[in-house]
Amino acid sequence: MIAGISIYEILTLTTLLFFIGVYGFITRKNLISILISVELIMNASVVNFVIINKYLYPDALQGVLFSIFIIAVAAAETALAIAIIISLYRQIGSVEVDETETMKY
Amino acid sequence: MDWNSFLLMRQEILLLSIILLLLIVEVFISKNKKGNLIHFAIFLFGIHTAVGLLAMEEGSIFGGMFHTTGLIHFFKNVLNIGVFILLLQSADWLQEKIVEHQRGTEFFVLLFSSLLGMYFMVSAGDFLMFFIGLELSTLPVAALAAYETAKSKSSEAGIKLILSAALASGVALFGISMLYIAGGSIYFNDIMQTITTSHLSILGMVILFSGLAFKISLVPFHFWTADVYEGAPISVASYLSVMSKGAGVFILMILLFTILRPLLHIWENLVYILALTTMFIGNLFALRQNNLKRFLAFSSIAQAGFILLGIINGEQLGVATVIYFVLIYVFSNLAAFGVVQAISLQTGKENISDYEGLYRTNPKLSLVMMLALFSLAGIPPVAGFFGKFFLFTAAAAKGYYLLVFLAVVNVTVSLYYYLLVVRAMFLRTNEHAIPHFNSKLYMKVGLVLTVLSILVLGLYSPLYEYIFELSKNLM
Repeated sequence: MIAGISIYEILTLTTLLFFIGVYGFITRKNLISILISVELIMNASVVNFVIINKYLYPDALQGVLFSIFIIAVAAAETALAIAIIISLYRQIGSVEVDETETMKY
Repeated sequence: MDWNSFLLMRQEILLLSIILLLLIVEVFISKNKKGNLIHFAIFLFGIHTAVGLLAMEEGSIFGGMFHTTGLIHFFKNVLNIGVFILLLQSADWLQEKIVEHQRGTEFFVLLFSSLLGMYFMVSAGDFLMFFIGLELSTLPVAALAAYETAKSKSSEAGIKLILSAALASGVALFGISMLYIAGGSIYFNDIMQTITTSHLSILGMVILFSGLAFKISLVPFHFWTADVYEGAPISVASYLSVMSKGAGVFILMILLFTILRPLLHIWENLVYILALTTMFIGNLFALRQNNLKRFLAFSSIAQAGFILLGIINGEQLGVATVIYFVLIYVFSNLAAFGVVQAISLQTGKENISDYEGLYRTNPKLSLVMMLALFSLAGIPPVAGFFGKFFLFTAAAAKGYYLLVFLAVVNVTVSLYYYLLVVRAMFLRTNEHAIPHFNSKLYMKVGLVLTVLSILVLGLYSPLYEYIFELSKNLM
């Protein structure tokens, strides 16, 4: 619990974070930036879980435990995505979305 | 502690030990004998599939995080048999294209890890296990999609899959956090008792639904599907379209029918709209494809739309018809992808126009392809017809007559493009037709197994009754 701050402010913050992530995912043209946007979405959920656990259901540790797992899984996801981006960069020499449009419709 | 309770995780433990064994053998085997590993892995997985068929008790362990029922056990066996056939079909491709780059074992390890994730996902008793299973089943497939590192298309498919999957799981997580507020717990059993219709629970349900809709490629979330199928190796595309989609449908159905049952009157509207858009857009886009992998991708999107017709039922009938349809869909799609795999391996051709005159040179392969497409389209003697028919019955039982009517219209549309391929194979002649060739033993066995299943599943009615009996209790 943080003194003077209710759960509403924090949930507003995480929701904003979530939608900034979605916006970034759609508008960004660089694969790394898209990856960062996905991280924002994940982290919004992490904060959500911790805050809900702390403010609403403090008798069990479910939310906090969940957040640890999300962080670990998100790290694995990022590592794999970076590996694939590097493999792509070796072939086409670019990490821009415009270059990865050989297949469409 | 009662060690016997671990027997409920028998399949998971066995599969995990196969993965570890393969990793160990990979280290100690000499370089020029790596080809033998393929036979070894297929043999091990065959044993695993056979052992999985043994009966299993129902129950739950780890405080309810992991549970298994008759239906879940049955579904795991379907996944096992599907993956076994898939391995048979891809053995030649591995032998000829992959082993020389010293990357044969990774294929099996990644594929089995993904299957392990699906086991945990369908057996999940709380959202934590569900989430980890979802990720474990998706991430290895993304690595597999980018497997042919020499091709830029393959990497492109990989990056598209991993980014969409990451977005989808992030979105699903946000939905789960909303349901955590509304339900007060992450355990399915606890949420089931406390959840009520409120703005918060509806919001959580919709966001979680959209995250899962990515996984089974329902229409507003289908953009990755065709690109990934086209770029990825054919075995991986086949795996994505069959196993990933099947497991996704199964877990979506469990979530909707059990913990989200109080919101039934909300999500049935959602499913109604998504079923319509998915069927129409999948079918209309399939009409204009020439590449067979893209064609099958859009056909699999349209099939997902038909599956929603069973989900909208919301009762035992819905569960049974969806499982039955998924079972048939698995074998039909495996047969279609198997033929594409066999031809692409020999000639490298993947377009529908390349298939012209195939019947004159390779009659058996064209017959397999024809049966698979008939089953996907739903033409009576083969199994696909019964699958679709039961799905329509399930939707009609709840009074969705308009939806069933529009679905039948869609079946007619889909008949057109499935028959386009059949016409190219049987009625057209082509001087540059694909020459006659003989597939290897593994591929033959894989194709024969799928054909047998397509023919038998539709005629053997006790199977449907068995599934109906199993679908009584979902949790």
